[in-house]
Amino acid sequence: MSRPKNQNYKGHGLSKGKEREQRASIRFKTTLVNTLMDVLRHRPGWVEVKDEGDWDFYWCDVSWLRENFDHTYMDEHVRISHFRNHYELTRKNYMVKNLKRFRKQLEREAGKLEAAKCDFFPKTFEMPCEYHLFVEEFRKNPGITWIMKPVARSQGKGIFLFRRLKDIMDWRKGTAGKKLTSSEAQPARSAVNPPGGHDARSSEDQKDEIPVENYVAQRYIENPYLIGGRKFDLRVYVLVMSYIPLRAWLYRDGFARFSNTRFTLSSIDDQYVHLTNVAVQKTSPDYHPKKGCKWMIQRFRQYLASKHGPEAVETLFSDMDNIFIRSLQSVQKVIISDKHCFELYGYDILIDQDLKPWLLEVNASPSLTASSQEDYELKTCLLEDTLHVVDMEARLTGREKRVGGFDLMWNDGPVSREEGAPDLSGMGNFVTNTHLGCVNDRKKQLRQLFRSLQSQKKASS
Amino acid sequence: MLQEESDLSLVIAQIVQKLKGSNLYAQLERQAWASLQRPEIKLESLKEDIKEFFKISGWEKKLQNAVYSELSVFPLPSHPAAPPEHLKEPLVYMRKAQGSWEKRILKSLNSMCTELSIPLARKRPVGEQKELLNKWNEMGTDEPDLSLFRPVYAPKDFLEVLINLRNPNYENGDSLSFRTHLGLIQVPLKVKDIPELKEFFVELGLTTGQLGIDDSTQVPPELFENEHVRIGQKVLAEQDSAAAQQYIRQGSPTALRAELWALILNISSQPEDILYYEQLKTNVIQHDLLVDSLIYKDVKLTASNDDYYFVFEDYLYQVLLCFSRDTSVLGHFAYNSASPPKSYIRGKLGLEEYAVFYPPNGVIPFHGFSMYVAPLCFLYHEPSKLYQIFREMYVRFFFRLHSISSHPSGIVSLCLLFETLLQTYLPQLFYHLREIGAQPLRISFKWMVRAFSGYLATDQLLLLWDRILGYNSLEILADCPKSIVP
Repeated sequence: MSRPKNQNYKGHGLSKGKEREQRASIRFKTTLVNTLMDVLRHRPGWVEVKDEGDWDFYWCDVSWLRENFDHTYMDEHVRISHFRNHYELTRKNYMVKNLKRFRKQLEREAGKLEAAKCDFFPKTFEMPCEYHLFVEEFRKNPGITWIMKPVARSQGKGIFLFRRLKDIMDWRKGTAGKKLTSSEAQPARSAVNPPGGHDARSSEDQKDEIPVENYVAQRYIENPYLIGGRKFDLRVYVLVMSYIPLRAWLYRDGFARFSNTRFTLSSIDDQYVHLTNVAVQKTSPDYHPKKGCKWMIQRFRQYLASKHGPEAVETLFSDMDNIFIRSLQSVQKVIISDKHCFELYGYDILIDQDLKPWLLEVNASPSLTASSQEDYELKTCLLEDTLHVVDMEARLTGREKRVGGFDLMWNDGPVSREEGAPDLSGMGNFVTNTHLGCVNDRKKQLRQLFRSLQSQKKASS
Repeated sequence: MLQEESDLSLVIAQIVQKLKGSNLYAQLERQAWASLQRPEIKLESLKEDIKEFFKISGWEKKLQNAVYSELSVFPLPSHPAAPPEHLKEPLVYMRKAQGSWEKRILKSLNSMCTELSIPLARKRPVGEQKELLNKWNEMGTDEPDLSLFRPVYAPKDFLEVLINLRNPNYENGDSLSFRTHLGLIQVPLKVKDIPELKEFFVELGLTTGQLGIDDSTQVPPELFENEHVRIGQKVLAEQDSAAAQQYIRQGSPTALRAELWALILNISSQPEDILYYEQLKTNVIQHDLLVDSLIYKDVKLTASNDDYYFVFEDYLYQVLLCFSRDTSVLGHFAYNSASPPKSYIRGKLGLEEYAVFYPPNGVIPFHGFSMYVAPLCFLYHEPSKLYQIFREMYVRFFFRLHSISSHPSGIVSLCLLFETLLQTYLPQLFYHLREIGAQPLRISFKWMVRAFSGYLATDQLLLLWDRILGYNSLEILADCPKSIVP
């Protein structure tokens, strides 16, 4: 089956030369409830499949994936919401390794300046295997604060801060030798072992020893940008449709999550101050459910623009684009790019006082539970647009640069805001096609898009 | 002609009097003395040379701005023999209504005071003072027991008072005609109609570019936005208040807004201003007022629960607590129909020598008061500057939203304007709402009293407040709900 090649613009790969089948109904399955369920149920032509029935679309959770992906046969049209080894990006220790390797490669190929663009991740050491390297770094910078995070847990569990080696000595004695519960254990060994991947190694670790929970020690960012005296981080959504070639979309909406209490370095023990996950905040005695603790990212962008001017904000946001793209590029060769898979990542970004963004982590299963009405709107629109891009209904041509609130950020190369061929030289007036924190008039855009798609179809039939 | 001239000279005399006592005067004098050292100043043409010097060095501009500022705020005297009450409010029945409303508020405050056996004011013990000083930047973490405090009044109580306002000299007659006003406000005040509004708000016409509309993504920036931003930067460079006020009628670019507002309100953070704010802060530390608890309660109930403003909670305390103690605010009562409530030192009730204004700034906060400050936190981060801006906004505009007066920007006129516009141009909607028992004013009143703070998204709110500053009038608030209600 030949595919008409457009030399100037590459489609984003959804439609092949042969028309994709229009299905009468799309059978979906999911274990999640709340926003996702609402969106799936309301989608015209989609029916829910219970229990053991066949499905066309599955929004699964990662544990199911781990256990079943390898022995599940999927037709060509079937879509599933995770990549088999997404943990290369989302587990903190793997991500650090991949990023470090990518950085070295960049330095070899393109020089120090290019490699420096990967310096958006605070210095991290895997524990316990990199303990000695960590101690060396620790001694070089006395007095700074470090944060210890468990590799595979979420919602802020198990995190603590420290300044003295003594503090982690105690911790080492305490957790070394603790058995993990099965849900916290490392991912099961899979039959496919990509080169440079980590599965082989981890299965060796598991052979004889009692599994020890892996942690990372990371340099704590001591000068976060504060608003109203409070620390916050940004949650941004990136949709990856494939890794080879790399195609990623950036959602215009997102939010800033505020810590409930004022930031001060003196209260290291106060877990509530330093961690901005809503989950942790909810247990803080100060927490009032009505407060919400969140700002839409548009509000944040405006606030910064009125304080620092539009140019500084442009720079900050394009630095964030850089983070998304480079982090994805660093795992591009390692992740098994199955055409059935797509993934919606939740990126956590922290801004410091010099307006430099730092990557805290990437989540493969960002929370889809709504904490307020505004949050509900955001998440349902996000999920609707995700389903539009996945395009089970085979409506898109594959040349779209924008679908609802998603902008095509990377299509095997940078995507320009202007019409026509992307300016690959990277110079001149290249403006990337990202609009994070900008106006999201998705309803209007979707109406126009689908109307024009319909008329195109009529014209060609 | 003669009348105008004498009016003008009266105004000039009053402004000169006012400015003579200001810091600007002292600075100008100092500058004049210092300029004598300069070679271009010659004895023969001393006056002209100094004037020239002021022009070049930008001091003349500062003086111009100060005069412009006075003119904006200063009500023009209607008659040289008019008593001061007329300056506050010329209509007797309005004055009376305001007076009785104030009595009610004060009574409510006093009874709360007695019920809870809390003094209106007390000196803090030293330990408490230290504690408060330490916590100054995070007063929001304090969780005092506020369950027994109630706001002194809410906008809806105030609305009831306005609904019952009647002019005793006006006989409506029982017959309904097309002229009958079907709304809640039944006082015969003159409000602008659409042709007059069109003329007044000429810069908001369809053919003139506007920020908030003509800078949206579909419109290429070359058409309007770029030029507008360039002009804005020029205005700021010139430091001209009047030009800034004219410019901002078309909206202010986000990056320039903070400076433009400061220019229009003639606020510059001089060391004296910072010192003054610090003095107020000391007052807060040393004395505790009952109104402080009311402020706390209001902030916790409104701003802290707002999705956008909860971050600024601490700033709100820092501004409002100082505001309560600022006696310079008493100056605005000269042109406010309201009067500051008086209280008496314990045991000396009725003795004028022992009367004090309570709270010291004469303004009793009501439910939602803190929302006047919240949007400003988006623009100003330095507490003393934020404070100055808020204070100036209050004594120029916000006070009119909760006092009974016949002023065209007063809340009564705004309500009447809103109802008239709605009745004239959307009669079916108006009639329908009345039929279902939902008088439109009951819905929009709280929006107007708060100048839409908390009801509009911040970016839109700031664009609206741009126009308030630009036109030096609150009438735009009455125009706004007309587009929202349907």
